[in-house]
Amino acid sequence: MNHLKLAGLALTLLLPLTAEAHRSWLLPTSTVIAKPGAWVSFDAAVSNDIFYTDHRPLPAGQFQVATPDGSAATLENISEGKLRTTFDLALNQEGTYRVFSASNGLTARWEENGQRKSWPPRGVTPTPEAFAKEVPKQADKLTITQSSRRVETFVTVGKPNTAVLKPTKVGLELVPITHPNDLVTGETARFSFLIDGKPAEGVKLEIVPDGQRYRDSQDMINAVTDKKGEVSIAWPKAGRYWLEASYEDDKAPKPATKRSGLYVATLEVLPQ
Amino acid sequence: MRKLFPVLLAAVAIQAQAADLNVTVEVPRLDVAEYHKPYVSTWIEREDGSVVTTLSVWYDTKMKNDEGQKWLKDMRQWWRKVGREGNAPLDAVSGATRGPGSYTLNFSAGKAPLGKLDAGNYKLVVEAAREVGGREVVSVPFQWPASKAGTLSASGKTELGSVSLELAP
Repeated sequence: MNHLKLAGLALTLLLPLTAEAHRSWLLPTSTVIAKPGAWVSFDAAVSNDIFYTDHRPLPAGQFQVATPDGSAATLENISEGKLRTTFDLALNQEGTYRVFSASNGLTARWEENGQRKSWPPRGVTPTPEAFAKEVPKQADKLTITQSSRRVETFVTVGKPNTAVLKPTKVGLELVPITHPNDLVTGETARFSFLIDGKPAEGVKLEIVPDGQRYRDSQDMINAVTDKKGEVSIAWPKAGRYWLEASYEDDKAPKPATKRSGLYVATLEVLPQ
Repeated sequence: MRKLFPVLLAAVAIQAQAADLNVTVEVPRLDVAEYHKPYVSTWIEREDGSVVTTLSVWYDTKMKNDEGQKWLKDMRQWWRKVGREGNAPLDAVSGATRGPGSYTLNFSAGKAPLGKLDAGNYKLVVEAAREVGGREVVSVPFQWPASKAGTLSASGKTELGSVSLELAP
């Protein structure tokens, strides 16, 4: 039995933030629980098809949990396998839990002698010192990006609450107008997106329903946030959905010239 | 003659106040290998779908540590509309699950759990969820107060049989 206690926001960037050919996600065994005392298990993986563990696991160390009353909680029985990472969470309170991975940092791309270079190198935890040392001050096609990445899901015990849904104001994040554990077919959900705490206009959403293996089309829902950073989603059927949102602009703190955000959530839509 | 009059008036007055609402729910007999008595919740909602009150919840009350409450959420509509709010005490309206048969529950206006019902259009809703079985919702629209005595009914197809509402003005 592995216990891993996680505290605080990890500011390490874990994956390069180009358009990901593969999809990251967290998948809970349930999102609606009647009363405290239950357990929920999670799969964390990178895959092609939603929600099939057909590629590789997401490293376990990046995951944290926010509880309804803000107290600490432990992800238990952590196992990093060949295709997925799994862990369990004991739900001992009423309210909404948020399980997530969040990171924010600098990435850089440039060319040297026609060769494409990128930083940080894969698998290396970036530091500001390493950035100063390894990224040239001048280079061909040098682009430095302030990148944020968040992968998360939500579980509610009893009556939903919004304590864990308060914005962090860092990076690209979803601030629910409709509670994420209150999604049903026939009811349009409304979400808003913030980038570093401000409404994010033009966030591109790609939403793919579960069960991809057994159909010919992605059945993807595309949407874009409006001036207020808001977007409405109508669910064609009940089931789990993978939602990925991406954003980019040039309002970045120096030395970055670009700011980008990647956000992924797993949402469960129940039938009426 | 003078003595009779007050008695007659009193009798009529009592009848106008004791408006009744009687609900009969039929749990169908099903031909399945593994049968579990369903969880059934009964409530009244307004035209806009908001809940006035829960009238009854049948669930496995006998499990220790209230374990049977784990599956209350399987009555999805009831859970989402009112069950998860945890406002009204469940004890007041709950009872053990019931097997196949017809069951009548009596409610009086002004008395818990029906309470005072303002004049308007409502729906009586019954939701059943059965372990290793299905889920079904049956609703019966009605007007309150009832202009005359009568019975309204609707029927489920799978997990519920007949649901009838007898109104006495």
